[in-house]
Amino acid sequence: METRSIYHKKLREIQDEVLVMGAMAGEAILGAVEALKSRDLDMAQQIIAGDQKVNDLRFEIEEKCIQLIVTQQPIANELRIIIAVLNIITEIERIGDYAEGIAQITKMIGDEPPVKPLVDIPKMADKAVEMLRRSLDAFINQDAEAARQISTDDDIVDDLYDKIYLELLALMMKNPDIVSRATRLIWVAHDLERSADRVTNICERVIFVTTGKMEEM
Amino acid sequence: MDDLGHALHQRTKIETKGVDLFYGEFQALRNVSLDIPECAITSIIGPSGCGKSTLLRIFNRMNDMIPSVRVEGTVLLSGTSVYDKNTDIVTLRKRVGMVFQRPNPFPMSVYDNIAIGPKHHGITHSADLSGIVEKCLREVALWDEVKDVLKQPALGLSAGQQQLLCIARALAVEPEVILMDESCSALDPESTLKIEELMGVLAEKYTIVIVTHNMEQAGRVSDMTAFMMMEPDKAGVLVEYAPTAEIFSNPKDKRTEDYISGRFG
Repeated sequence: METRSIYHKKLREIQDEVLVMGAMAGEAILGAVEALKSRDLDMAQQIIAGDQKVNDLRFEIEEKCIQLIVTQQPIANELRIIIAVLNIITEIERIGDYAEGIAQITKMIGDEPPVKPLVDIPKMADKAVEMLRRSLDAFINQDAEAARQISTDDDIVDDLYDKIYLELLALMMKNPDIVSRATRLIWVAHDLERSADRVTNICERVIFVTTGKMEEM
Repeated sequence: MDDLGHALHQRTKIETKGVDLFYGEFQALRNVSLDIPECAITSIIGPSGCGKSTLLRIFNRMNDMIPSVRVEGTVLLSGTSVYDKNTDIVTLRKRVGMVFQRPNPFPMSVYDNIAIGPKHHGITHSADLSGIVEKCLREVALWDEVKDVLKQPALGLSAGQQQLLCIARALAVEPEVILMDESCSALDPESTLKIEELMGVLAEKYTIVIVTHNMEQAGRVSDMTAFMMMEPDKAGVLVEYAPTAEIFSNPKDKRTEDYISGRFG
C-alpha cells in the first residue's frame, strides 16, 4: 500500500487542474492576440466570456487546497506545494485577465485601420505562453533549474516590449492622429510583458517548493 | 438532520432515527439520527464521554452486555431493524464486526485466531479454512510477515501486527460493516498509518465506521464525519454530520468549529 495514498491522489488532481487552468489562460492570450491581428470581434467576445471560466477554476482549485490542508495536514515539501499552488493560480488568473484586457482592446479598436502590421506583439504572446507552459511543467516536475532558465527568457519579452514602445512612440510623434490606436497597442504589449512577469513569479514558487527559499527572479 | 449519506451519492447502510439510549434512568444518548453510507468511511468525533463508543456499539448491540441498558428509536441495517425481537445477535455480529482500542487476539495461534470465526459459522474443511486464513491476512497486508509463523501464538506479534490480525479476524466471517473503536490509539505512528491506509482499501468493499479522538485521523481517512458532544445533563447528542472536508473547512455549528479548532475538548 502506498502511504499517504489519499493525499497523493488529491494532490495529483489539484496539479492536473492547475495545468488545465494554465492551458486555458495560455490559449486565451494566443486567441486574444489572434483576434486583435485578424480584427475578429466574435473571437474577442469569446475570450472575454471565457475569462469567467478561468476565474471559476481558480476558486475551485483554492477550495480543494483548503480541504487538502484541513484534512491531510501536509507539512514540509507537501505544504510548500500547496502554498505554491495557491500563489500560482493567482498568477494564472491574472494572465487570464490580461487576455481579457487584450480582447477588450480589440473590441475598442473595432474596424479602425491598423497602425502597423502586428509582428512583435504576436512574438511576445508566443514567448509568454511558451514560458507559462514550461513553468508549469517545471512545477509538476519540481525542477528548480528549469524554472531559473525560464525566467531568463523574461528579458526577451522585455526587449520586445521596449522595441514596440519605441516604434509606436516614433510613429505617434510622426502622426498625432494615430495616438489613440497606438496607445492601445502599447497597452496590449504591456499586458503581454506583465504576463511574462507573472510567469517569473511562478518560477519563483517552483524554486520555493524545491529549496524552501524564495529567490527573486 | 438531513439524509446526509446521500451527500456521497452512496446507499445508506446503517440508518438511525431518533435513537435514545438509557442506562437505567441515566440517558446516555439523545435523539441521534444519522445515515451511514455504504462502502465509505464515517468517523465519529467528539470530546471524552460524549457517547461516541456508545453510539458505535448500538450498531452491533454490544451495549446489550451492559445490564439495564435500554435503546429506543430506530436502528436499521440495510433496511432491517437491528433491535427487532427476532434479530439473531450472532448473525448481527457476523455482519457487523468490531475492532477494539487495544488489540485483543485470542490466546491461540495466528492461524486459529482467523479460523475460529468461520469454524463457528460452519466451515470445517481444512483447505477452505486455510484459504480463508491466507485471504484475510493478505487483505490486511499481513500475510508476508506471518506466513511462516501461523502456528505461533498470536500474542507474540507486535502491537501493530496484532491489531491487523484482529481486523483480519473480523474479515474472516465476511462482514458488511466494520466498526473500529479508537483502533489506532494504542499503536505507534507507523502502525497507525498502515491501518489508516488499510481503511481506505477496505472501504471499497465494506462499510467502515470509526470512533476516534484523533481529529487529524478523522480528517485524513473519513468521507463523512459526525461530531457529538455531551449536553449539561450528560446526554450525548449529535451536533453536526457532514462530508469530512466540509466539517473541517466550514462547519455550520459553532460548537463544531470550537471543538475542531481546539477551543474545547
